[in-house]
Amino acid sequence: MDKEEVITVESLYKSFDENPILRGIDMTLNKGENLGIVGKSGIGKSVLIKCIVRLIEPDAGVISVLGTNILDCDSNELNELRKKVGYLFQGGALYDSMSVRENLFFPIRRTQFKDKKLDTEELIERSLRSVGLLDAIDKMPSELSGGMKKRIALARTLILKPEIILYDEPTTGLDAVTSGEISELILKIREEYNTAAIIITHDMKCAKIATDSIKIMDEGIFKVEGTYDELSRSQEKEIRDFFN
Amino acid sequence: MAKINVSVIKLRFRGRLKVKEETRNFYNGVFIDLGELVLFTGKVIRQMFQPPFEFREFIKHGFLLGNKSLALVAVTGFIMGLVLTMQMNPILADFGAQTLLPGVIAVSMVRELGPVITGLICAGKISSGIGAEIAAMTVTEQIDAMEVSGTRPLSFVVASRVMATTLVVPILVIFADAFSLLGAFLAVNIFEDTSVTLFVNRSFSLLGFVDLFPSTLKTVLFGFFIGLIGSYKGYTAGRGTESVGLAANSAVVAASLTIFVIDLVFVLITSIL
Repeated sequence: MDKEEVITVESLYKSFDENPILRGIDMTLNKGENLGIVGKSGIGKSVLIKCIVRLIEPDAGVISVLGTNILDCDSNELNELRKKVGYLFQGGALYDSMSVRENLFFPIRRTQFKDKKLDTEELIERSLRSVGLLDAIDKMPSELSGGMKKRIALARTLILKPEIILYDEPTTGLDAVTSGEISELILKIREEYNTAAIIITHDMKCAKIATDSIKIMDEGIFKVEGTYDELSRSQEKEIRDFFN
Repeated sequence: MAKINVSVIKLRFRGRLKVKEETRNFYNGVFIDLGELVLFTGKVIRQMFQPPFEFREFIKHGFLLGNKSLALVAVTGFIMGLVLTMQMNPILADFGAQTLLPGVIAVSMVRELGPVITGLICAGKISSGIGAEIAAMTVTEQIDAMEVSGTRPLSFVVASRVMATTLVVPILVIFADAFSLLGAFLAVNIFEDTSVTLFVNRSFSLLGFVDLFPSTLKTVLFGFFIGLIGSYKGYTAGRGTESVGLAANSAVVAASLTIFVIDLVFVLITSIL
């Protein structure tokens, strides 16, 4: 049976000031799949996922998200589609003037304001319970550690019940124990919310725990693809460098 | 015959070309910025009429921005009225027209000085504050986070602030005008004993609809552009931390310049009418 594709990218190109970053990216993400993207810093991994949600406009190519060509969407269609795609930023990007509760309430208040019957308190508590931080509900972002910020940001992403989550370096800047916890959490989220995910990472431990397959990006294209086990057995220097 | 040094000429020519290119880039940048500001304005205005309306944000920003600037505006207005009266008094005394002093001060403050000085203070205080705040949100990807969750940050972050400044700046101008008249009253009393009633009567004797309407309309536009330019500079800030300072700085410069341009346009229109 064919797998259901939730994201399809074809011949994606993006340059910044004559400097080509993406040089014809092709990829697909299937429903329920956790795809890891690994590559050196500045190679364009984050640019790729920003193009997928149109935070960055690509120069050329086709990006289909949940069956819709995202590059053809007007602003209203784009906003509707974005509600189904969660995005976890590197630093969490919590709204620092709002408490944790308000951070989680904000996307519901702004996007589902017509639904008067929605039990927002229940939704907020469920999301926080999913990331194991219900106790932090009344804290301000400045009172949270780096790991907690990422968990809360993930809870905020989950509150709109996305079908796809894009993780931009979810374990960067965290200690080994917290990184492991976040990686486990990514898996747990998939089980609980039935999401597909693209995980941008440098952390091969995270890639091992949280991904089904890994693509290695270099010079603006995907050079190699495989599971963690397959890639870890590779003798090619470029691949081995990531595992050492 | 002296030899012509071709390499020196080439270098000079290249230098001139570089200056020309930089000048062209500067002007291109200004026009690109203007074009983007126009598009941004259109988007913000559209967001003002799309639900959900952020009434609480609007009130919060209105109160905060107004409250923060009130003391500065009041003190400046008071000093302006006082100083202007003290400087005008000997001039009018030479013509035996001292009785016109409160009216002259009132007209000059209400028509020109009150709005422009308050506008400049707000450009420095409010526009830079908004620019820095939104730039910090941009740098820390908070704006992007709002964008990707479909929560329309232009409406929540920008439209509420622009509407707040549009309301607050005219109110601050009224305060500045009132405090300038208070300063003028104090200064008039230094030269001669004048009652409050007489001072108020003389102040408003020269003020008409022609003075009040354009100046009020002008302050509404000042408020709109102070909020808009601060927001635009913050929203389009770069990614580094230095972008926060740059956004605040350029917001002050652009907002101050815009105030003068709006003022000039209004003066031209009212003088024609």
